[in-house]
Amino acid sequence: MTMNADLRRERAAATFQPLLLTHILDGGPERTRRRKEIEALVLNDPDFQHEDLNFLSRSQRYEQAIRKSSLMVMKLREYGIADPEEIFWFKSFVHRGRPEPLDLHLGMFLPTLLTQATPEQQDRFFMPAWNLEIIGTYAQTEMGHGTHLRGLETTATYDPATQEFILNSPTVTSIKWWPGGLGKTSNHAIVLAQLYTQGQCKGLHAFIVPIRQLGTHEPLPGITVGDIGPKFGYDEMDNGYLKMDNFRIPRENMLMKYAQVEPDGTYVKPVSDKLTYGTMVFIRSLIVGDSARSLSRACTIAIRYSAVRHQSELKPGEPEPQILDYQTQQYKLFPLLATAYAFHFVGAYIKDTYHRISGDINEGDLSELPELHALTAGLKAFTSWTANAGIEECRMACGGHGYSRCSGIPDIYVTFTPSCTYEGENTVMMLQTARFLVKSYTQVSSGQRVTGMVSYLNDLSRQRIQPQHVAARTVTVRINDPVSLVEAYKARAARLVEAAAKNLQAELNHRKSKEDAWNRTSVDLVRASEAHCHYVVVKLFAAKLSEVSNAAVRAVLTDLCLLYALFGISKNTGDFLQAGILTSAQITQVNQHVKELLAVIRPNAVALVDSFDFHDVHLGSVLGRYDGNVYENMFEWAKKSPLNKTQVHESFHKHLKPMQAKL
Amino acid sequence: MALLETSKYSQGSVFGNVNPDLASERQTASFCVEKLTALLDGGAEQTRIRRAVVEAIQSDPVFSSENQYFQTQNERYEAAVRKAVHLQKKMHEMGWTENGPEYKYIYRALSGDVAFLLHRVFMRSISVLGSDKQIAKWIPLATQLRLIGSYAQTELGHGTYLQGLETTAIFDIATQEFILNTPKISAMKWWPGDMGRSATHTVVFAQLYIHGKCYGIHPFIVQIRSLQDHSLCPGITAGDIGPKMNFEAIDNGYLMLKNVRIPRENMLSKFCEVRPDGTYVRQGSQKINYFTMTAVRISLISDEVLTPLMKACTIAIRYSVVRRQSKLKPGEQEAKILDYQTQQEKLLPQLAAAYAFHFINNYLQELFDRGYREIQRKNFDMLPELHALSSGFKAVITHQGTAAVEICLRACGGHGYSLLSGLPSLYTKILASCIYEGENTILLLQTARFLIKCFMAASAGQPVPPSVTYLAAVKPGKCPAKNKSDFLSPDIYTEAYQHVAVRLISSTAAKLQDLIQSGAKKYDAWNQCTVQLVQAAKAHCHYITVKNFAETVEKLETKAGIQRIMKHLCDLFALHGIFSNTGAFLHDGYISAAQMDMVTASYLDLLAVIRKDAVPLVDAFDFTDKSLNSALGSYDGQVYQRLYEWAQKSPTNKMSPAYERYLKPLLHNALSKL
Repeated sequence: MTMNADLRRERAAATFQPLLLTHILDGGPERTRRRKEIEALVLNDPDFQHEDLNFLSRSQRYEQAIRKSSLMVMKLREYGIADPEEIFWFKSFVHRGRPEPLDLHLGMFLPTLLTQATPEQQDRFFMPAWNLEIIGTYAQTEMGHGTHLRGLETTATYDPATQEFILNSPTVTSIKWWPGGLGKTSNHAIVLAQLYTQGQCKGLHAFIVPIRQLGTHEPLPGITVGDIGPKFGYDEMDNGYLKMDNFRIPRENMLMKYAQVEPDGTYVKPVSDKLTYGTMVFIRSLIVGDSARSLSRACTIAIRYSAVRHQSELKPGEPEPQILDYQTQQYKLFPLLATAYAFHFVGAYIKDTYHRISGDINEGDLSELPELHALTAGLKAFTSWTANAGIEECRMACGGHGYSRCSGIPDIYVTFTPSCTYEGENTVMMLQTARFLVKSYTQVSSGQRVTGMVSYLNDLSRQRIQPQHVAARTVTVRINDPVSLVEAYKARAARLVEAAAKNLQAELNHRKSKEDAWNRTSVDLVRASEAHCHYVVVKLFAAKLSEVSNAAVRAVLTDLCLLYALFGISKNTGDFLQAGILTSAQITQVNQHVKELLAVIRPNAVALVDSFDFHDVHLGSVLGRYDGNVYENMFEWAKKSPLNKTQVHESFHKHLKPMQAKL
Repeated sequence: MALLETSKYSQGSVFGNVNPDLASERQTASFCVEKLTALLDGGAEQTRIRRAVVEAIQSDPVFSSENQYFQTQNERYEAAVRKAVHLQKKMHEMGWTENGPEYKYIYRALSGDVAFLLHRVFMRSISVLGSDKQIAKWIPLATQLRLIGSYAQTELGHGTYLQGLETTAIFDIATQEFILNTPKISAMKWWPGDMGRSATHTVVFAQLYIHGKCYGIHPFIVQIRSLQDHSLCPGITAGDIGPKMNFEAIDNGYLMLKNVRIPRENMLSKFCEVRPDGTYVRQGSQKINYFTMTAVRISLISDEVLTPLMKACTIAIRYSVVRRQSKLKPGEQEAKILDYQTQQEKLLPQLAAAYAFHFINNYLQELFDRGYREIQRKNFDMLPELHALSSGFKAVITHQGTAAVEICLRACGGHGYSLLSGLPSLYTKILASCIYEGENTILLLQTARFLIKCFMAASAGQPVPPSVTYLAAVKPGKCPAKNKSDFLSPDIYTEAYQHVAVRLISSTAAKLQDLIQSGAKKYDAWNQCTVQLVQAAKAHCHYITVKNFAETVEKLETKAGIQRIMKHLCDLFALHGIFSNTGAFLHDGYISAAQMDMVTASYLDLLAVIRKDAVPLVDAFDFTDKSLNSALGSYDGQVYQRLYEWAQKSPTNKMSPAYERYLKPLLHNALSKL
């Protein structure tokens, strides 16, 4: 089929070469080439083809996923793909960006063995797990507890007589709930439980627990295990439950690289627990990247479709315009497009920083870890919230057809939305960042200087010498200059951190309890963290511009950066007005400039989503097809729907006909 | 106080007692729950009737929604057809009629999972658009379900913009028939409910051609399936459009017409008729068509928005007092998550919005009834205002309701993501309301057009409809509040909302005029202002909602604590709106920076006040456990037991073929060669 004429015209009119931008997103032309090589390897492989998942039941989707996962593991080894990023690409092409039942085995079980098992334990478990004789999962979350780990209730009581741990789920709330791959797939689990030895609770520790019989795959005696039932998304994942009744495992099954229980029950404390920070930082940085990718996919679909869809009239007597020509449609989509780019750069920054700092960590230098930890917690929340809402806006911008599963956006949404909850619930994450911000503010107040992303707080102490209200501070903001806008965001963050810290202090003066004061300030604290994260995103986006050598690409990225920054102001005008950072007249100019930028970006909109370079198979959307032949393919897609399997549905004979006969 | 009355009604817990964490919330209610329920229902007698209907339906196993979350699209569809057929019988048995007081509660009791909803639209369109003769012919057949109707308007390529529809109906004088065609793929009818599998007839909207001249969109009754064996009629291609985010039970369909001939009498001809010789005649006023749209937009607010919003609040708030997480104070028990300020800030404004929208719905309903009486007297004066308000409020309420349900969903953390929480289904259902019956952005622009027109008229000293008279009294001024408690005065915040609405409407009107005076074409100027116009329309609706809430509270009886708690909710609704849009209020200095800090302080204080009554406030919505169909939100609060029990019923817990087929070889030998 030929390309839709509208899309062809859009692509011809772009002012830059999308491929150059793709290289920037991938981190260089060589990496783009390699990514596409791996993509081709998967997409041309008949073993990885299957029916449209939208038409399959949950059980069937699970089956397809398991089939592909097992093939994937074999082929990865066959092709000798071992670089983590390349494995990630391969996996996401195989599973088209969806989760799969071996995720926890590959992503948590194996790495935990590597980092927390003793050499003896590695000998026993690692190779069988590597060869998938052992399939494991990571059972942490319980029905009654998620983010608050200390509250977990599962117990592991040491019995020196037999040198075993006795595992129990003492309450309904202590049943392990949600771990992926637990419901049907795994035969082992790393279980987090409160360790009791010599009558004392020693806190949470990890244990390797066999749960199913090798050979028959039946649950072992004392183990109750199953699938937790249907969810919003994650159809291919067997999230499971696990209940243990006096289930005994040998002493050697506690992961003992750090903490240990000796045969007589003596507990040996670990040296440091800060190292687990590193893993959390890493996983949260992946979520930032995932926010960028998921939002990019949704933008690709919505913008291409908006260029293909014609509706209503703009000028009397003329043909119906592309809906992308309506200001309201541009206002919905282009700020999201700019956001997707911003988050790509933030994701890349955090990943690089993590790799840089993890070198230091290995050499025992943990000094930069607290800030990185605070930053990733906040950015994980900030980007996942924004992307979550953005995906929905993209779907809404596609009108009725966005609601059909053929648009692909419902699937992107349901797959993405749990990232607001997992790996740390977002509000809790924001409050962790706030704790760091308040601590930094307190340091500044007591005359110390702080460094890194919070160094703007140093300026506050200088300003406080002047007897003015903080709101009277003025920053000269040039609304056409990204660098100047970074300053405006900086001033807003400083103002909100200061306000939250002062409110916290005021509460502390009124009340006895620190916790109570913190709770009564938490709405302010979350706002401060959001402002801080927003500043970081604008700053990183603006900084990226100078790294771009191609003038045409730099020009279009500058437009996006300005749009991102100005749109953020126009959505939060109150903060900038109240702090006196911008005047009402400037706000009016900002609002006007946002609309001008929409018109400037309009001719490049399709090229900007093409640059994300999602293959149609990966995109999984009839509306977002590269060739734009939307309507024909919607019809083709619908004909495959399960309700259309027979011409006359069986319920006609069962219900309708008997009723009509009776009347 | 009389707090336990609702529990007498709500079914007993299968797990024994009510969770003590939930029970304790009910002990301390500051108002009488039963009285509030009666207020929401419009009187104790209405409550009694509603409960009787709900009881009759939910005790009938044919209407059970148990296991719904485990069913496939085909199974859901079949269940919906079965329920629709059974409903006919049930209504007959119970003596319920379409005009009786019970009727409006049936849909609520069924939670919507029932087929043939479009059959009702089919009947209504014939009643409104058909001639007396057509009504006499079709309505009795439809009433007895001798045929099943649908309503085919939307096409693949066109939705809200009706003039753009591409289906054609060409009049053939020789045979006195219309020939219907789908000339291209984008003209295929797409989305109509009940059309994919069930309907035998449908009302098709098509461009009418006589002698080669196009007369625009007209409605035609077309038979699409045989009444004998349900097979498709000649020239018809129809089927199901495939899986959607929700509405698994509904067979939204596609329809392609190829030279389908229907008799001349099948064009619905109350307003337009084609005579045998091909003469086209217009008759009567088409304004009534607008009125039908208005009616639909107002009627969907209650069933499609308020009900899911109130259910979501019920589930999230009950769960938030059962769920304990982390410690607020060292040494104490873990805190209920509703005791965290951030959780209150997520949920309580949504609860306030549910009440605000309930009252604005009453206001719209009254206005509509008044309009209806006027129209029957051939007075169409109220139509523009009704149309503008119904469009704007449909958009604002569906949008905010959708956002609110999503907040409830995410506020329940991981368990909210399980279908068994009930929240994903509520969300995917309510969000469709943002699109159907008019896309929200377009509707807001229609309201904006009305507002700009009224603003110009008011400025010129001409009379304007009652809801917009405030536009005439533009006063600059400043907010007079001096301390945070002043912001608990309805006069203070209502004025502030009014000020913002006037400012946004007048500044947009001024900008439109500027653009036109500087030479821009009218349509171009309009498109350049649409973002602002949308904001102006929202501000207007927000103002009316706040004003109406405050006026409603004023009129409530002070007994039983009802007025006091409603006043708190009204304050919260208003202050939350300012807190979330500070810029709009600060922009011209109407509210100062220092006053804004007072708003924030007052708003946050209110959260703690309403927190105490949160559970009674959702109990007052009076949903049965069967209606909620949620493992998290049941009346007894036995959340974890229920989750565990329901999960075990999941079909995924029956032995899956995946183990034998894929896992076994994988675990045993597949990799041994590596």
